[in-house]
Amino acid sequence: MPLLDRHGWRDDPFERLENGLVAAAGSVLVPWAVVAEALASRRPGQALGVEVANDLDPAALRPQLAGLDLVSIVFPSYADGRGFSLARRLRRLGFERRLRARGPLIADQLADALACGFDEIELDEASAGRQPIEQWLRAAEAFTANYQRGYATTESILERRRARRNAPDRETAGAF
Amino acid sequence: MYRYDEFDERFVRERVAQFRDQVARRLDGSLTEEEFKPLRLRNGVYLQLHAYMLRIAVPYGTLSGRQLRQLALIAERYDRGYGHFTTRQNIQFNWPKLRDVPAILDLLADVEMHCIQTSGNCIRNVTADHFAGVAADEVEDPRPTAELIRQWSTNHPEFCYLPRKFKVAVTGAEEDRAAIGVHDVGLRLLRHPETGALGYRVLVGGGLGRTPIVGKVVREFLPKAELLAYLEAVMRVYNAEGRRDNKYKARVKILVHELGEEEFARRVEAEFAQLDGPSINADPEEVARIAAYFAPPAYESLPARSARLEAAKATNPALAGFVTTNVFPHRVPGYAAVTVSLKLIGGAPGDATAEQMRAVADLAERYSFDELRVSHHQNLVLPHVRQDDLPAVFAALAAAGLATANVGLVTDIIACPGLDYCALATARSIPIAQSVAERFRDPVRQQEIGPLNIKISGCINACGHHHVGHIGILGLEKNGIENYQITLGGDASEKTALGERLGPGIAAEEVPEAIERLVEVYLAARGAGESFIDTTRRIGLEPFKAAFQSFARKEVQDAAA
Repeated sequence: MPLLDRHGWRDDPFERLENGLVAAAGSVLVPWAVVAEALASRRPGQALGVEVANDLDPAALRPQLAGLDLVSIVFPSYADGRGFSLARRLRRLGFERRLRARGPLIADQLADALACGFDEIELDEASAGRQPIEQWLRAAEAFTANYQRGYATTESILERRRARRNAPDRETAGAF
Repeated sequence: MYRYDEFDERFVRERVAQFRDQVARRLDGSLTEEEFKPLRLRNGVYLQLHAYMLRIAVPYGTLSGRQLRQLALIAERYDRGYGHFTTRQNIQFNWPKLRDVPAILDLLADVEMHCIQTSGNCIRNVTADHFAGVAADEVEDPRPTAELIRQWSTNHPEFCYLPRKFKVAVTGAEEDRAAIGVHDVGLRLLRHPETGALGYRVLVGGGLGRTPIVGKVVREFLPKAELLAYLEAVMRVYNAEGRRDNKYKARVKILVHELGEEEFARRVEAEFAQLDGPSINADPEEVARIAAYFAPPAYESLPARSARLEAAKATNPALAGFVTTNVFPHRVPGYAAVTVSLKLIGGAPGDATAEQMRAVADLAERYSFDELRVSHHQNLVLPHVRQDDLPAVFAALAAAGLATANVGLVTDIIACPGLDYCALATARSIPIAQSVAERFRDPVRQQEIGPLNIKISGCINACGHHHVGHIGILGLEKNGIENYQITLGGDASEKTALGERLGPGIAAEEVPEAIERLVEVYLAARGAGESFIDTTRRIGLEPFKAAFQSFARKEVQDAAA
């Protein structure tokens, strides 16, 4: 299925398997139900990803996180924002590898996904067919800065204000 | 008043451009109608019965004269010459064309306004006490807190796809004029009983609608500096765990109810404990920057009582009556807050014409430090008027047809737009408000009855807050006929209470007489100086129920005869 990140479309190196028997030689993505089996049977150096529902308790994933190269969180619809909070919690648990949002997202959500810690979005063919990549990249740049602190994108407006306050030349602080 | 800095200004302009782009993507087929709908809602654009409706945010109900003039301009240029102030301190226009919306957004951005998150399953416009900065019972002005939350909740990357809408209200006073008990989150600024430090009591899970519930205290004292991290914890628990299988059970009140308030609070505290507060909360300089915009205006030193006002009242009974009902005491000697009633007898509650908006803007500029408020009772407020100027303000209001002296009285009725406009409504609201107001139009009689809040909703979603009306009226549809249920004993103040049904539903034309019967019970039973709601609390529902039910039964018999 089509995969994109902040730079555009990209190839998906992960092969999606329905069971935990890691027969393929390359990188594989397996369902959460068989993650233990897959971890036990993977070959040395083989990249392993797991796909999880958006209501999974992050604590359940915690013991496996160190062995995973990709976590793919399913969005059943674009209006269901649970995946954003799960992504935040996985990043807080220290997961630093690839984080994927899979589902019928819309272009405006690329910025949200990146801010919450996702690296990439996997769409179905219909969503990807309607929304050219230029729309995603343009939407990701819609705002120069957001107000929230602690989200993984550009400096927040609060940080920018602080930098402005601390700037040596207060005369340029302007615009009040 | 808060003023945009370059960052706010750029953000709002970028938001307008984003919405233009979203409309273009809908028109070229990139977005389906189903995908576009939440995007337009998040920008305040509803599809109503007859046309699109545009809801404009009035953050915590504070406006300048210039902003109100711009709203008047929009009303004339893009609507039918009037606007409707809502129970969440916003204003909505009922007749704009969808193609005109981006141009309206540009006009709003010119005066530091927007439609961001006035609808949709996101954190909505933050409301506050309309007497903020005026009331003597206030520990701190709630508006800097509300502005901080406005900014933090705007376009939040994690919390714009919630299970359902999410409403926040803030008060800094002992008397709750912001109805914090019926909001998803209600914040009350207070001082710690031992240290004297400022903080918040945090209520979660209040709401009206189909399942009215009073909010629960989940934090008795939250230090002021930790607000945003705590709100992030509340929102994350709700976003992750709120129900999404049934939109009628998706508000946070249901989650709090199903988990129990202790368990909900425990989960919030567990999440909060894992957050790194200093990387989330606004730093003290930012809090001070916002607060500075709400510094008190340059009041004059005046005597507490105005001789000029007293003399004018002595010769002008209409002015004296107006001062009794529409003027609220100010914490600063010699000043007063004036409520401009948008409940004209025969009018639609909360509606104002462009000319009326300009008249009020003039008065705000001339007499109230260029500031005004929208109250959740759907009235306007001139917050800082010299008592010496009250006769002139009254005369100007009277000339504009805006001197209705009924604030807090039986004709100061809250009503949703109802079936005259709304696609969700099951019955009309505005004509009911008009017929009740007509019945009680005599100002002497209104004064005699005293404070009495009637609130009318045209469907079970309760936008007219009928659950917390002293008398609540809920319009339903039964076999194709409008049918009105009457509740009694609701209270939106700090003594938050939900009204109880008095009996079977009645026909539209019977509502005024039914209200009359309830008022008669009150007048016969009240003690000296006792208000309607206090009498209700003292004598209970039964006498009202008996009077109502004998009336309703008789109507049914007459109809059958």
